[in-house]
Amino acid sequence: MSEFLVTSDFPYCKGCGHHLVARNTVRALEALGRDPQDVVLVTDIGCHGIVDRNFATHTVHGLHGRSVALAGGIAMGLPEGKEVIVFIGDGGATIGLQHLLEGARLNVDLTVVVHNNMLYGMTGGQPSGLTPCGFRTVITTEGSPYPPHNLCQLVHDAGAPYARRLLGLGDFSEELQEALEVEGFALVEVLELCPSHGLKMNPDLRLREMADEVGYEPGVWRGEERRALRPRSEGKRPSLLSADQIGRTEVEYSAGLEGRLSLVLGGSAGEGAQRAAELFAQAAMASGLHATKKGSYPVTVGVGFSTAEVIVSHRPILYHGIPRCDAAIITSEDGLEHNRERIQTMSQGSVWLDKSLEVPETRAEVRVRDFRDHAGPRNAAIYSLLTFVDETGVIPTAAMLAAVKESSIGEYVPSGLLEAFE
Amino acid sequence: MEADGRRGFALLDGSRLITESCVRAGADAYVGYPITPASLIYSYASRRFPVILPAPDEITALQWMAGLASTGRLPVTATSFPGLALMVESINMAYMMELPMLIVLVQRLGPSTGTATAGAQDDLRFVHGIISGGYPVPTFCIGDTEDCWRLPPVALRTAVELRTPVVLLTSKEMVMTERSFELSELGDIDRVERERYDGAGPYIPYAAGDAEAPRFLSIGDDEHQVRMTASTHDSLGILRHSTEDALANTRRLSAKVKAKTPALYDLEEKEGADTLIVTYGITAGAAQEAVEILGEEGIAASLLVARTLVPIPDDYFRIVDRYDRVVFAEENLQGQFASILFGEQQPDGVRIVGDIGHMVTPEQIAREVSA
Repeated sequence: MSEFLVTSDFPYCKGCGHHLVARNTVRALEALGRDPQDVVLVTDIGCHGIVDRNFATHTVHGLHGRSVALAGGIAMGLPEGKEVIVFIGDGGATIGLQHLLEGARLNVDLTVVVHNNMLYGMTGGQPSGLTPCGFRTVITTEGSPYPPHNLCQLVHDAGAPYARRLLGLGDFSEELQEALEVEGFALVEVLELCPSHGLKMNPDLRLREMADEVGYEPGVWRGEERRALRPRSEGKRPSLLSADQIGRTEVEYSAGLEGRLSLVLGGSAGEGAQRAAELFAQAAMASGLHATKKGSYPVTVGVGFSTAEVIVSHRPILYHGIPRCDAAIITSEDGLEHNRERIQTMSQGSVWLDKSLEVPETRAEVRVRDFRDHAGPRNAAIYSLLTFVDETGVIPTAAMLAAVKESSIGEYVPSGLLEAFE
Repeated sequence: MEADGRRGFALLDGSRLITESCVRAGADAYVGYPITPASLIYSYASRRFPVILPAPDEITALQWMAGLASTGRLPVTATSFPGLALMVESINMAYMMELPMLIVLVQRLGPSTGTATAGAQDDLRFVHGIISGGYPVPTFCIGDTEDCWRLPPVALRTAVELRTPVVLLTSKEMVMTERSFELSELGDIDRVERERYDGAGPYIPYAAGDAEAPRFLSIGDDEHQVRMTASTHDSLGILRHSTEDALANTRRLSAKVKAKTPALYDLEEKEGADTLIVTYGITAGAAQEAVEILGEEGIAASLLVARTLVPIPDDYFRIVDRYDRVVFAEENLQGQFASILFGEQQPDGVRIVGDIGHMVTPEQIAREVSA
């Protein structure tokens, strides 16, 4: 018996083409002089999948349709020189069609052997996506009215270096050998007739004639030869906590704030509301406060509102929601719309509005200021926070100015805007 | 010290700490598929992990992770409910094959695609029942910023030692909110080492004590044949219908997780308190503030912050039994944690505070305690 087999007593029905696939695979591996320890056989769900126990190679038995993706992970995890073979049926190939296309596109180093007996044998002979037109199954007793996928063409179009369709008759080990020698993704589609279901429903059919009749022509699809996908190791990479990845704040100022302040800054996407809010949080930290900052914006981040929520506090901030804010600063129509309900329900605190905006009903104190015209849309958020800080004294204006100047956007803020606060 | 980075006062989000912590603990491959609000972790991972693989979909992501884990790597991904739903069958596969991996589940508002940019605590019951047969997948939950650093190594160690997928549960508000944080508070992280079978063979891939994980050997090993199977299998890794050996193997999956998952929680008991607040995850901060508010009103309330959520530690029942009133606080409407502990009908004295679309507030919790 071959060193690739533990037992040659295959678990298949008499006359099933799966026998030939297993035997020819063993022959091909022997001809290539491979060591069983260097071969991984990944099987799918279906009759072919119970062959694991026969093989002396490594074996992995996965989920229906997912064996190609699973084997992809194995191939990417193993050193070069190991052979990863996938056994899959026509059912698995269609349930996991995307994995075949992705395997071909990425050129994952696999040899996929599709046992195409043109129906779901294990579950009673129902039609698959590879059942040819006219082929009779228990569900399509008059013959399947649907055209099948051309699997070889599909993986070829997706970039597979090698695809072959062949009749599962006699010795096709040389063809399998050729596929095994391909660098990257190779697929061999073996046409078979299921003796229990296919032949029963189509008793006069012979494999060779059928292949001619339904247009399942044997052939080879050769694609561009490419390097197989190997995950690139990035080696040792810098810590996400290093100072060049994330800035540190030194406490250099003292906050005027007593207790805790919840602030909402509402503006438009692309106008720097989130960055400005971060700088306010950092300025508060430089003033000895704890801070939290979060953003809210539509999933299409480039348009519509952009609202930032900041809490600054002398005590650690355990809960960082803002059901009621102490101050709302609004620089644009989008920002007002998004925060209108919140402003309307404010019973205290202050609302800072750009002068272009209509004043909403609120019991908070309203302060209308010129943010947009004076600073321009891109700097209105920063300018509004400087105005807020300067007028309220919650933190020193100098702390906010320093945070802006030391930030990556510092050089883009016109010095005239900042000088007014010096 | 500079390279290590644990010094200074910085404004940072939980995603950064989770990613850095995973790598320091020995996770060596990140398989990504973006989904709000988990994408920030993917983004950090692309700058930090030794190997980063962009998967074409979440099913492939989990299958690649399983494949990588079978060759000895320790893979991580982060997703949210819609992605996790696609991963379920593959997580079952990895559970059955006994492959270690970490899935960071960043919760967002459901049902369905819900609101991608709103936080929630919607998925505990889903995670609790994710394995067919009700077998437990170790699930830890991040309760504060420090947990973003402290829990990934615990989760990864559990994954490796028990050979199982592990879920690290968190929420949009934890991974995307930036907070001022003193980095020197971060402790040391020990690297998780994977022990391998070093016997003379033959290697029996699923040989293990009743409540233990089998010794690991990589698929593709040069000396010994290795088999892995997602279907019911015997200790050799051979598919079996329902032999005693195979069923014992399946029983072991549950037994090892129940016996060896660390029970992590914080319990702050106040003298004279007759009410216990039970919470986890993003609501833990609000619950702590509620305890402070109540204290100022002269009401003593104890607090249990659960970090191990699956399997449920026995301690939780013992602690809860000591109180006449127990208030469960979590950001969903179903009282998911309470219903896992007590079923659909809560015992007398158990109250639930929940909400959707907003974080549960300290005031909501305090009100229920003093009601």
